[in-house]
Amino acid sequence: MFHWLEKHPFFFAVGVFIVISFAGLIEILPSFAQASRPVIGTAPYSTLELAGRHVYISNSCNACHSQLVRPFKSETDRYGHYSLSGEYAYDRPFLWGSKRTGPDLMRVGNYRTTDWHENHMKDPQSVVPGSVMPAYRWLFTNSSDIETAFAEQLTVEKHFGVPYNKEIPLKDGTTKVVKIGQSVAEAKALALEEAKVIAADMKDQDVKDAVARGEIPEIVALIAYMNSLK
Amino acid sequence: MVKGPLEYDYTVAKMFMFTTVVLGIVGMLIGVILAFQLAFPQINLLLGEGLAEYTNFSRLRPLHTDAVIFGFTLSGVFATWYYVGQRVLKVSMAESPLLMFLGKLHFWLYVATVAAAVISLFAGITTSKEYAEFEWPIDIAIVILWVVWGIGMFGLIGIRREKSLYISVWYYIATFLGVAMLYLFNNMEVPTMFATSAAGESGIGDWYHSVSMYAGTNDALVQWWYGHNAVAFGFTVPIVAMIYYFLPKESGQAIYSYKLSLLSFWGLMFVYLWAGGHHLLYSTVPDWMQTMASIFSVILILPSWGSAINMLLTMKGEWQQVAASPLIKFMVLGSTFYMFSTLEGPIQAIKSVNAIAHFTDWIVGHVHDGVLGWVGFMIMAALFHMAPRVFKRELYSKSLMAVQFWIQTLGVVLYFTSMWIAGITQGMMWRAHDEFGNLAYSFIDTVTVLHPYYAIRGIGGLLYLTGFLMFAYNIYKTMTSRPVEEHELQNASPMGA
Repeated sequence: MFHWLEKHPFFFAVGVFIVISFAGLIEILPSFAQASRPVIGTAPYSTLELAGRHVYISNSCNACHSQLVRPFKSETDRYGHYSLSGEYAYDRPFLWGSKRTGPDLMRVGNYRTTDWHENHMKDPQSVVPGSVMPAYRWLFTNSSDIETAFAEQLTVEKHFGVPYNKEIPLKDGTTKVVKIGQSVAEAKALALEEAKVIAADMKDQDVKDAVARGEIPEIVALIAYMNSLK
Repeated sequence: MVKGPLEYDYTVAKMFMFTTVVLGIVGMLIGVILAFQLAFPQINLLLGEGLAEYTNFSRLRPLHTDAVIFGFTLSGVFATWYYVGQRVLKVSMAESPLLMFLGKLHFWLYVATVAAAVISLFAGITTSKEYAEFEWPIDIAIVILWVVWGIGMFGLIGIRREKSLYISVWYYIATFLGVAMLYLFNNMEVPTMFATSAAGESGIGDWYHSVSMYAGTNDALVQWWYGHNAVAFGFTVPIVAMIYYFLPKESGQAIYSYKLSLLSFWGLMFVYLWAGGHHLLYSTVPDWMQTMASIFSVILILPSWGSAINMLLTMKGEWQQVAASPLIKFMVLGSTFYMFSTLEGPIQAIKSVNAIAHFTDWIVGHVHDGVLGWVGFMIMAALFHMAPRVFKRELYSKSLMAVQFWIQTLGVVLYFTSMWIAGITQGMMWRAHDEFGNLAYSFIDTVTVLHPYYAIRGIGGLLYLTGFLMFAYNIYKTMTSRPVEEHELQNASPMGA
């Protein structure tokens, strides 16, 4: 049979394809039949948080930081409860990472503050002596891209049924609503409203001035995203 | 009817040889910079504060991985295909103007795509998925150039004189099919430019932005099914194709066992794809998949070692060639590193080992002993073997080649030993508890302890890059060295002093 296949490239290629697609069919398809459902308390990202997530991705933070707490005592002691599948229900793409040059960030919002992030992103070594993390000072001057974040919100709401403007059940039995703008202008206004809360806790005068003018520096969006990781 | 030996046309092979060398230098240089940035963080400001955004570790990291995978390695795969393909199929590219056109089109599309990819990654336009960072416009370009390569490949196979496909061709076909399947499914994404707001606005935000079709755990599953097998079909399958051609050719020995090559090929095809889940052990993907991934990773030793042993036994009775020829040295050490790396991988895929190894530098070490020791050595050996034949000149310097071999071997050894120690040290420190059950080390303790290993790794990388520059110089000088007299070279490549 193999000799015959080697003389018939078409059937050879078909044979190879069948053999290599086997694993994907058996492993991947069944899990798609039941895509992960959000756990109680998992909410979609707000416009500003999503813009911050884009800042995180665009600077490849995931090259050095994981967002996956494994079920070991040493990890739950360090980072908090181990990860549950449903907590990632709104993560497109997933940001588990593959290398922990720096610590895991899955629940960083539980134990770091806006103030901490501000100092750390400006000069990591001043906050954590011996750190090998580079400074990210350009985040304080670059403006974040709210429009793209809004476009992504609209896309996931339409195609993947992400529940914006709907009640999300929380762990304490109450609910919350993550709003989505009806227009670009409204989306920007919503983001700015959130940005003002973050900027109030920051020290950098240029950032405060920018937010007062109605601009949102990348650092503000990034901190909003980091604070949402719980 | 063609009279006399067939004259093969290496135009396209030469073009891809050029990008192999250039992108190899770029990718490895960025790698060395990254390595030293981890040892000495002030290097993040390499070009000053103003350009810090473009020279810092995180922005450069995807450029390094993509430059060596899709730049250096893939160029090498294409270069060798346009060389080996003609020879084992006994047909010249010159016989078909269409195939020649497709080959050149393939090359220029490739160059344009690489340029677009470099610009976009520098600008921070990325989907975040490892080795699949490119946004949808570049994905489409990649699909097109891949299809062009495929048409060219099957076109050449279609007009072949040698009816039976040689082993190398099996592997090239598998490379084409495997990457096509993986790349397509992993890059399923919805461009956000089509979104319309309630107020009727459309075309909001960046036109090139997209959102993954899969969320969370599913996304991770598809990504590592891809990520692992991008390694399979980029770093293993086509490299095995090369060694099955170049080692017998250079040594003048026949392949040791046809049956072993059959077992290895079909075994590799079936088993490899299952192993992707070993990147997700102890994550939130279903447990049975993690276990399957672990088991299949261990089974994977069989087909991997099958190929490697087949290669080593091909040298049976001719081991003096390893001492005599640096070119044979590269290939023999390459297949030895292949065995080493394909044993190390399965060990890391065992769940209890993975608990320590995952997220640490040991994984980085594993990738690099495979890529530097196996992929890099094999591609350089292939180009060394091809150079005298495509340029019709003897290799410029045998002694330079020998020096390069030892410098690079030392570089690889420094690289993986330092990363082993770094990885296992860090993995053990993360999980250490004191007598009261509290964590023994804060995270930063587990970072500062790595400094010496990061420095050694940087030196290892620098040695490898130095060797690669020697390789580039040797190939460059070959183009102007003494012409070879023999019409069609048999076996051992002619080398200058």
